[in-house]
Amino acid sequence: MRLKGLELYTEHPEAEFAVSGHRACQGCAEILGLRMALKVFGKDTIMAMATGCMEIISTPLPTTTWTIPWIHIAFENAAAVASGIESAIRILQEKKKIERKDIHVIAVAGDGGTSDIGLQALSGALERGHKFTYICLDNEAYMNTGIQRSSSTPYGAMTTTSPPGKKSIGQSTWKKNMPKIAAAHNIPYVATACPSYPFDLFAKIKKARTVNDPSYIHMLSVCPTGWRIPPDLAIEYGKLAVRTGVFPLYEVEDGRYRITYSPEPLRPVADYIKGQGRFRHLKEEDIALIQNRTTAEWEELKYLCGLR
Amino acid sequence: MTTKKGIEVSIAASIAAQLARVEVVAAYPITPQTHIVEHLSELVANGELEAVYINVESEHSAMSACCGASAAGARTFTSTSAQGLELMHEILFIASGMRLPIVMATVNRALSSPLSIWGDHSDIMAARDTGWIMLFCENGQEVVDSIIMAFKIAENRNVLLPVMVNLDGFSLSHVIEPIEFPSQKDVDSFLPPYKPLYSLHPDKPVTMGAYAMPELYTEAKYAQETALINSKKVIIDVMAEFGERFGRHYKPVETYNTENADFAFICLGSINENISTAIDELKSNGKEAGLIKLRLFRPFPKDELLAVLKDKKRIAIVERAMPGGAANSPLYNEIASLIYANKLHITLENYIVGLGGRDVHPEDFIDVFDMKIAAKKDNNNYNVIGVRE
Ligand SMILES: Cc1ncc(C[n+]2csc(CCOP(=O)(O)OP(=O)(O)O)c2C)c(N)n1
Ligand code: SF4
Ligand SMILES: [Mg+2]
Repeated sequence: MRLKGLELYTEHPEAEFAVSGHRACQGCAEILGLRMALKVFGKDTIMAMATGCMEIISTPLPTTTWTIPWIHIAFENAAAVASGIESAIRILQEKKKIERKDIHVIAVAGDGGTSDIGLQALSGALERGHKFTYICLDNEAYMNTGIQRSSSTPYGAMTTTSPPGKKSIGQSTWKKNMPKIAAAHNIPYVATACPSYPFDLFAKIKKARTVNDPSYIHMLSVCPTGWRIPPDLAIEYGKLAVRTGVFPLYEVEDGRYRITYSPEPLRPVADYIKGQGRFRHLKEEDIALIQNRTTAEWEELKYLCGLR
Repeated sequence: MTTKKGIEVSIAASIAAQLARVEVVAAYPITPQTHIVEHLSELVANGELEAVYINVESEHSAMSACCGASAAGARTFTSTSAQGLELMHEILFIASGMRLPIVMATVNRALSSPLSIWGDHSDIMAARDTGWIMLFCENGQEVVDSIIMAFKIAENRNVLLPVMVNLDGFSLSHVIEPIEFPSQKDVDSFLPPYKPLYSLHPDKPVTMGAYAMPELYTEAKYAQETALINSKKVIIDVMAEFGERFGRHYKPVETYNTENADFAFICLGSINENISTAIDELKSNGKEAGLIKLRLFRPFPKDELLAVLKDKKRIAIVERAMPGGAANSPLYNEIASLIYANKLHITLENYIVGLGGRDVHPEDFIDVFDMKIAAKKDNNNYNVIGVRE
């Protein structure tokens, strides 16, 4: 299905489906991004969530942060659980056991629950074509268990399982390109987003909500606790990630790539890296290496978007 | 109107799920379960079963999708064997802990390694304490009847627990047997549509699968365990109602020739048929042996077992699984604890048979009765019948 280009989304939806009282850290952009997304998904949404920070901060028995139906089964299976829910709603509506209305199923997981342990279940669900939206809240490590590395942790970052040392730079691998993996399933809509750019995020959720097949949203979610930055700078660091080209905002609609916010001319990655405790140990030459890679990836994205 | 036909037991199992009007099936193929899921997908493809068949990419996702579907209020069915059951293991506990009335046909098979596609009980014994209700079947008719009963048990408001119907791989799943199928109308009146207590729906939002701090975890698990133990009453009632309506009567513990004998075998599954043959032969030679069959394994039917055990002098527990370093095989250990707790003086013997599809012969059981299989000289408290060392 072909969607029109991004209309400028200027309204701020009032409704709240993630209510206060949860236990997220100050400045947590995972809960912020999810809260924003839920505003657009709206009331008729069912959420399947993987184990991780958002699950733990939201639902200690007998309390809950969610005012929409929500389920948690395990860490690696949010997409499979969503498959079951979507199938059940479909057949129960067909059999007229429940009233027919447009209910949307979403699966939410962290970068660990998506790019590592949940990748197989996600691939299966995307390939089978369930009508659902998968949201990866990417804070670039396993934060819930104490900041261990994932395949989405950026090169050079210090985590508790990629500590820098005499023989280690910290994370020694480059971030896995999850949106590209999702797009390789030829689903109609894939997008990156960041709550530092709320209107871009709203518009993308709106599109994801409309397609009749699977959609995938990869949300960079600044985690002050894990990145070792002051909580009041969370929004700023999300902006820096975008403006340096480290995390470009784009969408892939029916296979066509489009940058939705152009940060050119890019700011140097050092602006993004230098204030973060997780990169504190990096030397100038390490930063130069990251700069080269970032520039090359930005150019590649422009090429995919037909801008070169 | 019932129909009786000669049919492969696997196909019969899928027809039972069809008669139960399952709404979501999420399954992944594995020998010897394949014929069940193949036939179910055929029924869905032909429009003979109004359901969604989810071709998941693994058993882990199969059980996860079943949890999602059941939580959303659909009658949900799946089937697996061996490696598949172990891959589901993590989610088995979650299905029972979240009180989701999923029904699964478990086609019992040996676990790797060495790889073996053939039948035994090592898969189910490794999953025995996952909080599921577990029924065992001796023949195809029991499989069909148990699947239909399983939904009624699982969905009972006082139970709300998943149920596994166990059937032996190949020796039961792949044989052709004469089986009587109840009519759709009769099944419908026995098993009304599933009405969930809570389900995932925007009109009445609920949070499912929240976590418990130490102040609540014990209570949550205690409530679940209590529900599992109390489910026995519902199971007995459902079996009785099934008997009244369909004329086939089941009990948690069934016996054969036990009233005449001081000695009895205890066993699970299709090997019971071999043992019955041995018992008949012993009888024709003037020797009396009984057979105690566990149709219900979880919750463990203590009272029913005690009632048939208490006047026995000698019991042979025959099992298709290795102890895995335990004192004895799993069923033996449970029966020993029951006997000890009730201060009974019964000699217990432990025989392990039929591993990885190894043939089991009635003569083996005659030898057991005649004490011809001497206890091993080493530390093992059990005998592995026919093993070459
Ligand atoms: C099978 C399994 N392995 C490991 C864990 C432990 N665990 C729980 S959450 C988590 C990390 C979550 O990381 P991520 O998905 O990135 O989410 P975040 O907490 O960062 O939001 C881990 C390793 C688990 N719950 N289940
Ligand atoms: S650790 Fe990070 S992701 Fe988790 S709640 Fe705190 S700020 Fe949010
Ligand atoms: Mg993470």
